[in-house]
Amino acid sequence: MYTNDFEYYRADSVDDALTLLSDHAGAELVAGAHGLLPRMKTGDESPPALVDIGQLRGLDMIEEDDDGTDLSIGALATHAEIADSETVRQRASVLADAAAELGDPQVRNGGTIGGNLAHGDARSDPPAALLALDGSLEVRGLDDKRTIDATDLFEGPFETAVADDEIVTGIRIPTIDDAVSGYRKRRDPLSGYALVGVGVWLRTDGETIEEARVAVTGATTTPARLPAVEDELEGEAITEDTITAASAKAGITVDDGAFVSDVQASAEYREHLLTIDTERALYDVIDISQ
Amino acid sequence: MSECNISIIVNGEQHELTVEPRTLLVSALRDELGYTGANVGCETGRCGACTVRENSKTIKSCTRLAVQADGSEIETVEGIADNGDLTTLQEQFQEQHGLQCGYCTPGMLMTADTFLRENDDPTREEIREAIEGNLCRCTGYQNIVDAIEATADQLGGQR
Ligand SMILES: Cc1cc2nc3c(=O)[nH]c(=O)nc-3n(C[C@@H](O)[C@H](O)[C@H](O)COP(=O)(O)OP(=O)(O)OC[C@H]3O[C@@H](n4cnc5c(N)ncnc54)[C@H](O)[C@@H]3O)c2cc1C
Ligand code: FES
Ligand code: FES
Repeated sequence: MYTNDFEYYRADSVDDALTLLSDHAGAELVAGAHGLLPRMKTGDESPPALVDIGQLRGLDMIEEDDDGTDLSIGALATHAEIADSETVRQRASVLADAAAELGDPQVRNGGTIGGNLAHGDARSDPPAALLALDGSLEVRGLDDKRTIDATDLFEGPFETAVADDEIVTGIRIPTIDDAVSGYRKRRDPLSGYALVGVGVWLRTDGETIEEARVAVTGATTTPARLPAVEDELEGEAITEDTITAASAKAGITVDDGAFVSDVQASAEYREHLLTIDTERALYDVIDISQ
Repeated sequence: MSECNISIIVNGEQHELTVEPRTLLVSALRDELGYTGANVGCETGRCGACTVRENSKTIKSCTRLAVQADGSEIETVEGIADNGDLTTLQEQFQEQHGLQCGYCTPGMLMTADTFLRENDDPTREEIREAIEGNLCRCTGYQNIVDAIEATADQLGGQR
């Protein structure tokens, strides 16, 4: 299976990659090729040139800030590296979960977090984690750099706020000690991607939910937070009733027509599954003991 | 049509070759260099028949461009036997009937060989998770899991 012909350039720095992108109209970045190459094989994308950043050094680190409040992950960190990182597991377990649930061992070695988030595939796992963690992307253009918040990132199927001439250099995640988080995935049996994926992040004092972030991927045309669920959780005691009431709001947060409908599941069924999986994701991270 | 010169090490041997950028790594290995161990099953990244190691990590070589592997070290199933002597893993695939048609076997062996380097005393559940990216349409997996388990038992943590 051959893709269309294209020119290939290997960048030796971020600046070099940005220059190559601006010099070659229509050129696209390639990191792991696990999002792009399948789409080039099917003809869904046909870039005239690829700029390879896969071998750039120093963009695969996973580190905590000195004061331990932020976690930085380089764009080229692979899903396997994130899934295996003790730091990510401790500070942002929803992301470690999402990376560990993604694809299979070889795919986790092949694909990168930056590529995954820039790609904007609405069936992907990491988006729900980034949204639940209130993380952001660090992005560089030829003349400037900027930050894109997770909530502004996903614009539509394979559409993200990352411009064609920009490079995601890393992701940044605020972390605090008294938070718990987790990701629950229901796999599409055919593709292995998320039929429904729910990421949750909660800050509690052990009795009351002080702050909540809940996000969906797979079920909807773009990954999104579920504010109605979050509102229902915040300020409430950690009880079964709270979880039941909050999960019941999962569907109403999503705009009409935003649920995906395909051969695997109708929009109505996905909405039903989202309620169930939101409930399960909440039970996964909190301990109800009375 | 553009072409690129690349240099890759395959099973310890250095190769220089000229490929079109769109050449998949699996095609370069098979058609240009004659390493036909890596099989092409689905070409979509699902079946794992094309699994090789790139810089010690397993990847699906149908979902890598050959140009991306320029400068990398690749290991294929041809390279795992010791001077033609089968490894314990290969012997156990034979012993336990871990194959029928054999199409998935090179990929299974690369995945299992790599997995056993990281985990020399796995549970059956861990073995099943490790071969999640390798499909077999013949055996029903039972005997493949047996073969990997028997290898771990036999090597008894000596790797
Ligand atoms: C068989 C298979 C199964 C999979 N299963 C899952 C799954 O279950 N869940 C899941 O979430 N994903 C899954 N994926 C996709 C996932 O593996 C990829 O990691 C991801 O979609 C793309 O990452 P990449 O590094 O391969 O990016 P590439 O394919 O190289 O690039 C993807 C897109 O992002 C752009 N891009 C790449 N890097 C950057 C950057 N640093 N800055 C700006 N733009 C960039 C590229 O130009 C391209 O448009 C699967 C893939 C395969 C092949
Ligand atoms: S041929 Fe590569 S995964 Fe099937
Ligand atoms: S032995 Fe035939 S596919 Fe596995």
